Amino acid sequence: MTQSIEPETNQQGQRTVNPVLSAAELAEIDHEISHAPYRSAVAIDALKIVQKHRGWVSDESLSGLADYLDMSNAELDGIATFYSLIYRKPVGEKVVSLCDSVSCWIKGYAKLEKHISKQLGVGLGGTTSDKRYTFLPAPCLGACDRAPVMMVGEETHLDLNEDKIDQILDIKGGDTK
Amino acid sequence: MTSKLPLTENINASRDAVGLEAYEANRGYQAVRKALNEMSPADCLKVVQDSGLRGRGGAGFPTGMKWSFVPMENVSEGHKYLICNADEMEPGTFKDRLLMECDPHQLIEGMILSAWTIQADVAYIFIRHEYHLATKLLQEAIDACYEKGYLGKNILGSGFNLDLYVHSSAGRYICGEETALISSLEGKRANPRAKPPFPQISGLWGRPTIVNNVETLCNITHIIRNGADWYKTLGLGQDHGTKLFGVSGRVKNPGCWELPMGTTIRELIEKHAGGMEDGYKLRGFLPGGASTDFLVEEHLDLAMDYDVIGKAGSRLGTGTMIILDDKTCPVGMTKNLIEFFAQESCGFCTPCRDGLPWTAQVLDDIENGRGIPADLNTLRNQVSFIGAIGNTHCALAPGAMEPLASALKYFGDDFEALISGKTSPNKFDDMPTAASEGVN
Repeated sequence: MTQSIEPETNQQGQRTVNPVLSAAELAEIDHEISHAPYRSAVAIDALKIVQKHRGWVSDESLSGLADYLDMSNAELDGIATFYSLIYRKPVGEKVVSLCDSVSCWIKGYAKLEKHISKQLGVGLGGTTSDKRYTFLPAPCLGACDRAPVMMVGEETHLDLNEDKIDQILDIKGGDTK
Repeated sequence: MTSKLPLTENINASRDAVGLEAYEANRGYQAVRKALNEMSPADCLKVVQDSGLRGRGGAGFPTGMKWSFVPMENVSEGHKYLICNADEMEPGTFKDRLLMECDPHQLIEGMILSAWTIQADVAYIFIRHEYHLATKLLQEAIDACYEKGYLGKNILGSGFNLDLYVHSSAGRYICGEETALISSLEGKRANPRAKPPFPQISGLWGRPTIVNNVETLCNITHIIRNGADWYKTLGLGQDHGTKLFGVSGRVKNPGCWELPMGTTIRELIEKHAGGMEDGYKLRGFLPGGASTDFLVEEHLDLAMDYDVIGKAGSRLGTGTMIILDDKTCPVGMTKNLIEFFAQESCGFCTPCRDGLPWTAQVLDDIENGRGIPADLNTLRNQVSFIGAIGNTHCALAPGAMEPLASALKYFGDDFEALISGKTSPNKFDDMPTAASEGVN
């Protein structure tokens, strides 16, 4: 983005409009700003809000957000790319995160990773062609007594085996490829 | 009747969440009434110091001492902050989840009491993103507290104001390091900060700040309510109170239990976790999470006290044990741990950012039959350089070297057998797993 945008304000001097972000996103971001000492302090919360609405953070939405927070694109992108749960590439409807940390690894991570890749037709980092799932590794999910563990979207699934995984991912004869 | 296992007193086997009414029915918020009406912040600090409570997040630093460095007089105008570190991401650790999902008010009450003691007027719970249920329950509990007058302005007519916010993370293990957590709360990359200055003097937004673990803050509730003398009756050995201890890996009954400090490792593994699964033998364990040193069978009768485990060459850490069984390759397990730490490096310091991936590469070579004898020297040099406290801004890299240093000490033969070709790579690959056996 090469031109700067003059912030539009309402009669109270509050910024109200941003060419990229929706009114709903701005309202949530403004709520965070209301108890922060300055605008850029809510960078991470705001990135999560944008991602909640759009599924991921594109260059365009990052740029619009940077303007709204009085930050440069580089500064905001440096923050966005630090955090593993901010997606700077499109993801499927749900992210399948299989824990690959030590307790899950001991209890059978490797075989499950192969199984999920086979069932989804994509390896770690990939998105299924029907855009239902993106398959990623997760660091310890904090349920080690119920290993192996994965998350699908916001749901945590415990005591996994191949059959359970097929049920959770709604795999019928491998037709999600 | 005051329970001897206070942290889980309200928690049942079905892990139902306790609401405000039920919490109050079991003496909930009595400690807040007592502290705000009858005890000065200095009184409260003395009780916490006398209790001997040590931080439950992994470092075991005396909580009363940590709080005593918060300036209480001639403080320049502005906020003081209390932060609950609920970013539980140490591999093998799952105890704070239980506390937050089942008894959120215990944590909130502990935070109100702690904030009163250090005179903080703004508090945050920094919780990992993935703990969605705990996040929801905590926010609901906080909303109920505001309505009841336990939070907000002029709490219970005491004149004390406290605002409490839940802040959900965006990932990265390093956010659990207290100064990196502060950086993240400020909206920045989670780089740790050099200390001094310590957060008590200059923390969030440069203001006096205390960061404490979930379990530590839950203990405060009971310590203030029942007193330091009572707390000291709960432990069996050198350390006071109780702790959530856990076991994961190939044991019959992995899980998490509240037990007195000073309980033996043997009792935890054999009695509560049911011992090893059939067909498996214990080779070793990490007593307190991924960044602690391996201990072995000869250590099973040690008491789980901070200094006892320290003298044995490891750390009590989070108190959640990870078991190495005899059908899991110690080199592979060590590699998995190092790969985790390499991935989670914030990138600021060279020994960590570049040293850990290098270490992971050497371990990968050894595990896959490409190792050479000189690799063992390389690993030892990496341990001494990367592992030395003070070469990096934080303890992530030294912590990562703990399992490696101890694996070389106790399982050196496994490393050598893979290098010499006596053991084939992937010898453990066809070992049955829970997944392949359909056990679960």
